[in-house]
Amino acid sequence: MREFAQAQGLRYHFDVNAGVCHQVMAERGVICPGQIVVATDSHTTTHGALGAVGTGVGATDMATIMISGQLWFRVPEIIEIRIDGQPKPGVMPKDVILHVLGHMKADGAVYKAVDFTGSYVEQLDVPGRMVLCNMAVEMGAKTAYMQPNQKVLDFITPRAVRPFQVQETDPGYAYAASYHFDVSGLEPQVAVPGGVDRVVPISQAGQVRVDQCFIGTCTGGRLEDFTAAAEILWGKHIAPYVRLIVIPASTEVLQQCMKTGVLKTLLDAGAAISTPGCGPCLSAHEGVLAEGEVCVTASNRNFPGRMGHRDASIYLASPATVAASALTGYLTNPCTVWKGGC
Amino acid sequence: MQTVYHGPVLVLQNNIDTDQIYPGRFLEIVDHKEIGAHCLAGVSEDIAPNFPKGGVLVAGSNFGCGSSREHAAIALINMGVSVVIAESFARIFYRNAINLGLPLVVCQGLGRQVRNGEELEVDIRTGQIRRLQAEQSFQGEALGEYAMSILEAGGIKPLFRRRYEQEATE
Repeated sequence: MREFAQAQGLRYHFDVNAGVCHQVMAERGVICPGQIVVATDSHTTTHGALGAVGTGVGATDMATIMISGQLWFRVPEIIEIRIDGQPKPGVMPKDVILHVLGHMKADGAVYKAVDFTGSYVEQLDVPGRMVLCNMAVEMGAKTAYMQPNQKVLDFITPRAVRPFQVQETDPGYAYAASYHFDVSGLEPQVAVPGGVDRVVPISQAGQVRVDQCFIGTCTGGRLEDFTAAAEILWGKHIAPYVRLIVIPASTEVLQQCMKTGVLKTLLDAGAAISTPGCGPCLSAHEGVLAEGEVCVTASNRNFPGRMGHRDASIYLASPATVAASALTGYLTNPCTVWKGGC
Repeated sequence: MQTVYHGPVLVLQNNIDTDQIYPGRFLEIVDHKEIGAHCLAGVSEDIAPNFPKGGVLVAGSNFGCGSSREHAAIALINMGVSVVIAESFARIFYRNAINLGLPLVVCQGLGRQVRNGEELEVDIRTGQIRRLQAEQSFQGEALGEYAMSILEAGGIKPLFRRRYEQEATE
């Protein structure tokens, strides 16, 4: 890839010092509202957070797109997922999307485009929007979209590498289907091992001893995620024999974590920090699970074998739940240990 | 081009994701035959060594969900799969399979009827599926015209080569 970028004189080449593509592309202003974005990664749906239409393709697909500038595309049906209400403090966007996934199921939006609407979405900041759109692919969505708000424009305007135009959803547009969720009173959620849609409120997950806790990736590796973890772990230490793996999604996030003191707090609490990248999310490195191990993670998939051995157990949760679990050594509701956060 | 396939069946469940089709720990491998040797290792490592050439996969809904890794389709082809039948496919896997020349047929209800090892006849042009022992037929969805043209060319790479060679000579 490096050689290809060099040979072709590509301007936006991000090397091993940059981070996860979706976070880096957004930060560097490569993704702008109104664009169609294709990338060789399923989580390209993330860019709906910035008002772009993002969708994943395969490597061969990408080669044909680069050659021809064209793509065989089926225009998807559009479904609305309206989210209203304000969840309790300590309940993060990750909890909200897990709750939605639990109802929509892993094939609930196969080949469809998801338009996230509602009062919860309208006020949501960029990192929160990225979490929701990121995980839309876990219900099979081709793409996800949110009407950009002022927070999106404030984020993108100083970064954009090219002029852009915000698209507006037609008033009175008739969706193929509409689903409504009210997240007032929602408690932290977890997806139990074996499927992203096997979601329960944390109070129903039972007592689960954990070996590894992971905060990072294109889903849960932003400043807000590490700040929540640091608030929970400040002045404390993680449980004995538990690993807390912390991997910022980008160098910009890593630098923010250094500047705000979040990184020092997490290091002091016993976290192992790795350089920006995908880490053990797809069993790449630093925290690959052994047989029989249990991991609670802020990442996005808990398929058998996803993070290592097929007989390891993966619980998906919010970064706050991951940090709280690292503290106690058991799957833990962050509201029981997060002073000021809940 | 071959459009009718015969082969013994392997039945799989719903939501077979690409991590189960091709686990992340094998992503460094580039040799296609070796990639095929680890196919479906996330379901069971016993599948690939015993898979009959030309075998037919019959799966439930959302086959190929998860990661966009093209290794999933490469692994299936090189393990010897002739055609995959499922109630629905995840879209990136669908594109990858067609691009690489692996035929897919959408068909409802078949997985609940067929048994491992029994012989099926699959016509990808019409979507007709026949159980040879049970003398029972199922009507799947025929592939779209563009997908068919990619398969006829042997995949999107040969299709593009032909198209751009033609343009070069015109």
